[in-house]
Amino acid sequence: MRDVAFWILAVAAVASGVAVFVVDSMARATFALLASFLCVGVELLLIDLHYLGVLVVLMMIMELLVMAVFMIMYMMNPAGLMPMTMVHNHRGALTVAGAVFAALAAGILLADWPERAGAPPRDPAVALGESLMGPAMLVMIVIGVAILATMIASVVLATHRGRYGDQDGTRDGDVP
Amino acid sequence: MTLQAFLLLGAALFAVGLYGALSQQSIVMLMMGLELMINGLVVAGAAFWFFVAPSTADGQVLVLVAITVMALEMAMGFAVVTALFRARDADLTDQARDLKG
Repeated sequence: MRDVAFWILAVAAVASGVAVFVVDSMARATFALLASFLCVGVELLLIDLHYLGVLVVLMMIMELLVMAVFMIMYMMNPAGLMPMTMVHNHRGALTVAGAVFAALAAGILLADWPERAGAPPRDPAVALGESLMGPAMLVMIVIGVAILATMIASVVLATHRGRYGDQDGTRDGDVP
Repeated sequence: MTLQAFLLLGAALFAVGLYGALSQQSIVMLMMGLELMINGLVVAGAAFWFFVAPSTADGQVLVLVAITVMALEMAMGFAVVTALFRARDADLTDQARDLKG
């Protein structure tokens, strides 16, 4: 049962991933990406990662709804009324991506993977929480600082004045 | 479900995302390619936790970091796109090739 669900979701995840770059409208591409993330979130649920699976599902819904707003702001082809291709070096990109997949697949199938060490804990979410608040506390601290830095940096970058002030050299408070 | 199957799924998502990141002209579409690549990494990290070392939580921590990085990347990416668009009306990668060597 889980095997069937895994393969259906895997095909759906890759198919919607391909759809991101095939559909004509950037809004549709955003929702195709959301579908791919949702499939991956459910895949995580299949291997007992209940917390992380739900986290992926909820976070990606919110993230891609925000993204959809930006997509519509920067959309080249509203509503996908016309066929659109916005690509450069199409053949080169396909070759590189195909070669990378072939190399990764060869490595995956040929490598001698280690045996499973130990069994999953009864509640992986508890194990994750105890790890983050214990041995892996540094990771949590770094993530927190990175989030704060991102908030500050994105606001600074997105303000009208920009990082270096106005082009005419005046600063806030200067009398023009 | 095997480790190989999960890793193949991750590799396929990574390759599709790589194609998008290399080929898309619109900066926001390029970022969707990057997101798809990190999506593949999330699958691979989770599979490694479950099939190789489930007794420690390190794999889960790695997946958590990858998910966070994905959100931060999107926020910074859109801030950069907005700054570029404000500064010179550019929303295509070909209009922002100043650093091309």
